Amino acid sequence: MKGFTGPIYSYLAAVLVSMVLVSLLLALFRIPIFETYTLLITGSLGSMTKLGDTLMVSVPLIIASASLVITFKAGLWNIGVEGQIIAGAVAASFIARELQMPTQILLPAMIGAGFLGGAFWGLLVGLLKIRGGVNEIFGGLGLDFVATGLVVYLVIGPWSRKGIASTSGTEPFHENAWFPTVEGFRLSPLAVSVSLLVVLMVIFVFNRTQFGLKLRSIGLNPNSSYRFGIPTSRYILTALVLGGAVAGLAGVTQVASIHHRLVPSISGGYGFLGILVVLLAGYRPFLVIPIAFFFSMIAIGSIQWQLRLGLHSSLGGVFQGTLVLSVVLISAMRLLRQRREKHVKTEE
Amino acid sequence: MSLKLLNIRKSFGTILANDDISVEIGQGEIHGLLGENGAGKSTLVNIISGSLTSDSGTISLDGKYLDMSSPSDAIEAGIGILHQEPLVFLPFSIVDNFLAGLPKSRDFDRKLLQDDVRKISQEYGFDLDPNALASNLTVGERQQLEIARLLWMGARVLILDEPTTAISETQRENLFTTIKLLAANGMSVIFVSHKLDEIQSICDRVTVLRKGSLIDTPTLPCPTSELVNLMFGEYTQDIPQNQSVIGENLLVLDGICVKDANSVIEEVHCKFSEGEIIGLAGLEGAGQRILLRGIAGLTKCYRGRIFFKEKEITNQSYKWYMENGFHYLPADREGEGLIQGLTITEHFALAGNQSQTIDWNKAAQLAEDKLREYSIRGTVTSKPEDLSGGNQQRLLLALMPDNLSVLSMEHPTRGLDIESAEWIWKELLERSKNGTTIIFSSSDIDELINFSDRILVCFSGTIIGNLLSKETTPYEIGSLIGGIHS
Repeated sequence: MKGFTGPIYSYLAAVLVSMVLVSLLLALFRIPIFETYTLLITGSLGSMTKLGDTLMVSVPLIIASASLVITFKAGLWNIGVEGQIIAGAVAASFIARELQMPTQILLPAMIGAGFLGGAFWGLLVGLLKIRGGVNEIFGGLGLDFVATGLVVYLVIGPWSRKGIASTSGTEPFHENAWFPTVEGFRLSPLAVSVSLLVVLMVIFVFNRTQFGLKLRSIGLNPNSSYRFGIPTSRYILTALVLGGAVAGLAGVTQVASIHHRLVPSISGGYGFLGILVVLLAGYRPFLVIPIAFFFSMIAIGSIQWQLRLGLHSSLGGVFQGTLVLSVVLISAMRLLRQRREKHVKTEE
Repeated sequence: MSLKLLNIRKSFGTILANDDISVEIGQGEIHGLLGENGAGKSTLVNIISGSLTSDSGTISLDGKYLDMSSPSDAIEAGIGILHQEPLVFLPFSIVDNFLAGLPKSRDFDRKLLQDDVRKISQEYGFDLDPNALASNLTVGERQQLEIARLLWMGARVLILDEPTTAISETQRENLFTTIKLLAANGMSVIFVSHKLDEIQSICDRVTVLRKGSLIDTPTLPCPTSELVNLMFGEYTQDIPQNQSVIGENLLVLDGICVKDANSVIEEVHCKFSEGEIIGLAGLEGAGQRILLRGIAGLTKCYRGRIFFKEKEITNQSYKWYMENGFHYLPADREGEGLIQGLTITEHFALAGNQSQTIDWNKAAQLAEDKLREYSIRGTVTSKPEDLSGGNQQRLLLALMPDNLSVLSMEHPTRGLDIESAEWIWKELLERSKNGTTIIFSSSDIDELINFSDRILVCFSGTIIGNLLSKETTPYEIGSLIGGIHS
């Protein structure tokens, strides 16, 4: 399992290839190509409000991706990240609904609860793996469904709005439970700071600590790592708990900074999208930020496609998908070429 | 009719695996292929069965030259191989196993095929129901399935690659009956084994390979001692032996039994002294590897006790073993020893295991010093995959802590060039002088005799010989390796 690790120009090449492919698709349906791309830029960066929205969306995606870096580097396909985001959101919502506190206390409490909620969900994946021999992909996927079911139950059941049992969400939280925003924007500086802090922490862990080095070595070769005396099971469990905790923070930003209540689709699919981000980043945490931002640009900019060109906004997803495929393609071609060169060398 | 190999030569890199091998195998002959691990048997068999192409030399069947580039070419030409682990499709029925790999040119009719399977089964006394699932068959029956399939495909030469490794005694008897019947019906059989008694009991002639060369092709039966000599060579050189300063009893194995999925060693009673060097001889898979892992605390024994400095340590954790100076070095240096993808500096940071945060400058400095001290050709940012085998082994030694009590090591010099091999042993002897007990496995008898004080011989999961290397001979070791008590 390896992410994409090419030099920067091959990313640009991939962007170019995917733009060509999407252009072909647009041409097929006689949609003005140039205008489509212009709208993507103006729609996401065109005004301070739009830039703010793009940043706002990038926050949970950056956090979810940072969480995935932790587990991916340890060789764990943590598909359970969606469930961990949800668990964090539910835990934070519980605090927001139950505690009547001033905002200075309530917000840290929500962040702490989300961290623990996600950690608990990650712990379940880890225990299933090391005690039950359940691969983290299956355990995680199963727990994703459990988490989704739990949210739907809460939203239409115990936490439903008075008089209506609707899947549109719970009652909005009291404003004390909202992340503070800058006047006139939906963007919260607190959310942005949390995401940057998380990325910095992940960078620190993997660049400076024994713990991070050991996680990496387990991801690269568990057998040798065990021989080196690393208790592999314990580290795998720790990686999943820590990854879950960070993913839980993404859930906190979703409820406290974006929706201000719990909705059934609270994870926003950022967990799965994060997998693409991390693969593109080649597990390098600092690259997560620009890539997640670019993905958010597509997500926000493509809203304009719907408004102005009458295109379905899912075309944004098509663009993201094409981008990933192009990167994978270019990366594979590069690897093939390297292998061939190496082969030629050994033949000599 | 005969299969004729002429001047077959094959090398991998600098290693000559088959050096100018010529053999002729007649119709109805059962021809043995004998040699130690690494003697070149597998290479030769792979060339005959189309999996490898020789660098030079020719193969002809009935005077017709064969040009094969794949196993399907070989079977087309009439040469079939039964692998050590029969390569059958487990989820398929027997009939479907016949059909998989059928050449496009050949038509088939399921009904007729079922009849064919029954006919072959009857003729050779196999118990094969055409519609049974292969996964329900025993290993012995899977072999029958493969033999039947190869017969049906028109094989006239059948290669059996160590066919008795995974089957029971009765299944072996049945297999031998089948082989004799096949030969009586005109099949040429090549029987690959390193078990001397089997070769003796079933083969008409045997080709003995040693270090890639054909030594002789005697007609059987002949004295087993002759075969041992052919296999391992006569010991002529007088190389000064290692003389360790033997200290007190350090490690005592009291009837330990260790196993994992692939191998087992049972009832090992042994005492090792401080600074002693013990060689483990034996064929691949006779139990050396699992014993070494058991001694290092990596795999727990399921019976018996281990004492270290007169204290019982049987149930201590691997961490405890490591902290008390036990160390294990595997034969698979890339798969189990080093970590591909981590730089040499990162390896030293990992092995150093100091504080929670890493001082990269210090780690790089340490790596730099060790590279020089162990003369490893590489830089601190090299990764194991960039290093040659010799340099990987040096790196593994460099990563070891300074004061070890017990070093448990598989194949210290396998695949290494002479210079590296000498260097590794110089280092190991130095460690032994400083009091480290070294237990190592090797398939090189010279290495065992030259460097160990004592040699333990493993044979199919037990220790059948405990020899002082000063007093033993390669012949004695070779016989024990082949399971023959003198």
